[in-house]
Amino acid sequence: MTQTTIVKMKVNGHEIEKEIESRWLLSDFLRDNLGLTGTHVGCEHGVCGACTILINGDSVRSCLMLAVQADGCEVETVEALAKEDGTFHPIQQAFANNHALQCGFCTPGFLMSVKNFMEIHPTLPSDDEIREAISGNLCRCTGYSNIIKAVKEAYQLNG
Amino acid sequence: MAEKGGPNMAQYVGQNVKRKEDHRLLTGNGRFVGDINLQNMVEAAILRSTYAHAKINSIDVSAAKACKGVIDVVTAADLEGKVKPFTEFVEFTLPPILEEHIKPLIKKNPEPMLAKDKVTFVGQAIAIVVAEDRYAAEDALSLIKVSYEPLPVVTDPYETIKENATIIHEELGNNTQALFHVKIGDMDTLLSKAEHVLKARIKTPRVSGNPLETRGVVAEYEVRNEQLQVWSSTQVPYMVRSYLSKLVGLVENNIRVVAPDVGGGFGPKCAVYPEEIVIPYLAMKYKRPVKWIEDRLEHMQSTRHSRDQVHDVEVAFDNTGTILGIKDHFLLDNGAHNSFALCCAYNSAAHLRGMYKIPNYDLTGQIVLTNKTPNVPYRGAGRPEAVFVMDRIIYMIADRLNLDPVDVSIKNLVLPEDMPYDTELFYRDGAKMVLENGDYSVSLKKTLDIIGYEEFRKLQKEGRESGKYYGVGISSYIEGTGIGPHEGAVVRVDSTGQILAYVGSSPHGQSHETTLAQICADEFAVSPDQVTVRAGDTSLLPYGVGTFASRGAVTAGSAVHVASKLLKEKFFAIAAVMLEVAVDDLEMYGGKVYPKTMPSNFLTLQEIALAAKPGPHCKVPEGMEPGASATHYFVPPTVTFSSGFHAAVVEVDKETGFVDVQRYIVVHDCGRVLNPMVVDGQIQGGVAQGIGGALYEEIIYDENGQLITGTYMDYLLPTSMEVPVVEMGHQEFLSTRNPMGIKGVGEGGAISPPAAIANAICDALKPLKLEINSLPVSPGKLRRLIEEAEAK
Repeated sequence: MTQTTIVKMKVNGHEIEKEIESRWLLSDFLRDNLGLTGTHVGCEHGVCGACTILINGDSVRSCLMLAVQADGCEVETVEALAKEDGTFHPIQQAFANNHALQCGFCTPGFLMSVKNFMEIHPTLPSDDEIREAISGNLCRCTGYSNIIKAVKEAYQLNG
Repeated sequence: MAEKGGPNMAQYVGQNVKRKEDHRLLTGNGRFVGDINLQNMVEAAILRSTYAHAKINSIDVSAAKACKGVIDVVTAADLEGKVKPFTEFVEFTLPPILEEHIKPLIKKNPEPMLAKDKVTFVGQAIAIVVAEDRYAAEDALSLIKVSYEPLPVVTDPYETIKENATIIHEELGNNTQALFHVKIGDMDTLLSKAEHVLKARIKTPRVSGNPLETRGVVAEYEVRNEQLQVWSSTQVPYMVRSYLSKLVGLVENNIRVVAPDVGGGFGPKCAVYPEEIVIPYLAMKYKRPVKWIEDRLEHMQSTRHSRDQVHDVEVAFDNTGTILGIKDHFLLDNGAHNSFALCCAYNSAAHLRGMYKIPNYDLTGQIVLTNKTPNVPYRGAGRPEAVFVMDRIIYMIADRLNLDPVDVSIKNLVLPEDMPYDTELFYRDGAKMVLENGDYSVSLKKTLDIIGYEEFRKLQKEGRESGKYYGVGISSYIEGTGIGPHEGAVVRVDSTGQILAYVGSSPHGQSHETTLAQICADEFAVSPDQVTVRAGDTSLLPYGVGTFASRGAVTAGSAVHVASKLLKEKFFAIAAVMLEVAVDDLEMYGGKVYPKTMPSNFLTLQEIALAAKPGPHCKVPEGMEPGASATHYFVPPTVTFSSGFHAAVVEVDKETGFVDVQRYIVVHDCGRVLNPMVVDGQIQGGVAQGIGGALYEEIIYDENGQLITGTYMDYLLPTSMEVPVVEMGHQEFLSTRNPMGIKGVGEGGAISPPAAIANAICDALKPLKLEINSLPVSPGKLRRLIEEAEAK
């Protein structure tokens, strides 16, 4: 018999409570149980960063965490970035302005990593600092240069 | 009919129009195959071979079947009589004229859906568990007992062609699966009397395209009307439909294959895989939707690899650096199967001389089989391998003659006055391979200007004096792009006035929804917002091919362009009836059609579309079919040749063997540029993959055929720390082979980096006379080469 646990967490501002198998990954829980499929799973071993989300404000790889470990936490996924009317968050706007995505699969992970980075690093960083900040996210399409441009523009849009 | 229209200028083609794809992808509203969840859906997990070569004596699935949540466990025995085995992919059959020219030996070597009596590579699918969810399916996988009887393993291309080598597929007689010969001039005589002959073995290793989204399939069968709906992360939905129909025995029209948002392809998704046949079959069998999403370990093991060529070349040249001829015998290690005929191998043969005039050419291509994952085309498809050979040759000749490699390059270039230049070969599509236009020497000069070549040489000299090793390396390529046989477009105006453009070519990051909308918008002189592009769905058009081989813009772009023109003409004809004026007196602008003399008396696209509806009020002139749509299938006469120069500026740390790519320059010609931002994005992204191939990426098997590089900790993809901003220059020689003058651009960025970077490293360490003829140039490998050179 597979063990189940009740988890409670706040996801994108909504309190949720679910009984789930204790072994479920947080990424699978978000995608399959809550229908938040914007968080993508690229490698399932914590390298590619596509599944990056924020937990209590920190960027975390949701494929390396069990859902039960997020019990009591505040979780933020890519779905929370834009306003309800679809207006982009400045980071999203900057990505669109700079062609910082092609296939778009890795993009949600980048957005969440960058959101976290901008919070802990509020002043305009150097290119090297941006490169370092996104080096935990793999992108196979863009070759990164437009992502770096977009991050810089996001700082400007943030005013 | 005469060209109609008001301000008939291209307004959107050539502009940096922002992407229509981005909103959904940035907000988490994209729909990738893994995001699809259907009611009553079950999930599959696949048991894969842990042996590279073994007999299967038995498979015991009883414990797995008894596992909680398991619906079934399927092996090859369960598919017999239900799912036919693969054939080779007929799409890659050689045209008769090419066959006659190169007289190839090609042995049929299709792969089984699931391994039956034996396995031939690690990662080969053996059994499929279908369960209520993926967790339950994986629980059951571990309970399947396979009794293997190991067989001798061969993983080296030279070992596998030895007489006493283990034969991987007995029915083929030996491990050579294909062989062909290309001959121009008389190389043997030349070699016996040439002033200089250079011999080298040049190797491009096995790599993996590695899209960030793995493969995946979801299938649903609707019993009521016998409709099979399949979503697959594929570059070629029509090909998937075709093989599903043939192998599962369904009416083709009852199958709809959709490539939803696809998270990168790069070639490995340009094949039909066993899972794309078997998962849909299982959805029919259980009458429940079935989902299978590959995990990354499966991807590294079983999604097809690429490259893996070793060339033994002999080059004849004279004292001036003029190349007189090249003799090459290369092996392409294709792993355990090859269903693609000569695709990459012949591409290598056709492109090896690149933009150089080399009158004597004698090449033997040999595709050999080993106990590794099968190979397929990957971004560049045989060209990066060939370019690595050719541009290493240029640098080695320069070394021998003590010339600047740029001078050797210039000495041998095809010049503008040689255009159109007949290479005396046939292309893979059966047409004569003729480079249509371009000015390669200007392209090279632009490249040198961007580098600041002379200035760099000074810096390099100063650097060496203070123990810093800077190098610059150059590489060039030509690429046949936009291969046929066709791609189609349907352009329609619906009853709300929205223009719809449906195409058969399905994207995975290439921005079709934006660039094709730009093309269509220009014809109707409307904003791209008024054009909705749909692609990646076999229900849109009866025929389609796919997105690969740098063909999307050329083929689908041309199809949209012509279909838009046809529909515009039809709209003029309908408007002429409605307004009771002559067609020639009309013009169109901003989505309105009006008499030139009275713009206020206009009709909207919506009004014309409504008047095109069949029925008593239809205003479509006699002789034309009712309806507000037009279809065009663009059939290219042959490929069109893109070209470019790449240059890498590196600093080599001699003590650690670490290479820092400090600058990267690309000057290229892709004909008409539809959207500069998108084109630059393709180049930058391609270069990143090429840098991976040059310095980091290699699929490694041990002598037992076990995959050593099965995770992202072992298989190193370039990160933001390794890829510089590419400095770009453009040329725009319009193609003569399609109406808008487009040449393909998807692959060019990835073709030259291995050669440019290897050359740059050799240049940095010139006093050591290194010959870097294998990739990737890892720090360990470079240190070994440095040590060997210093010991001499």
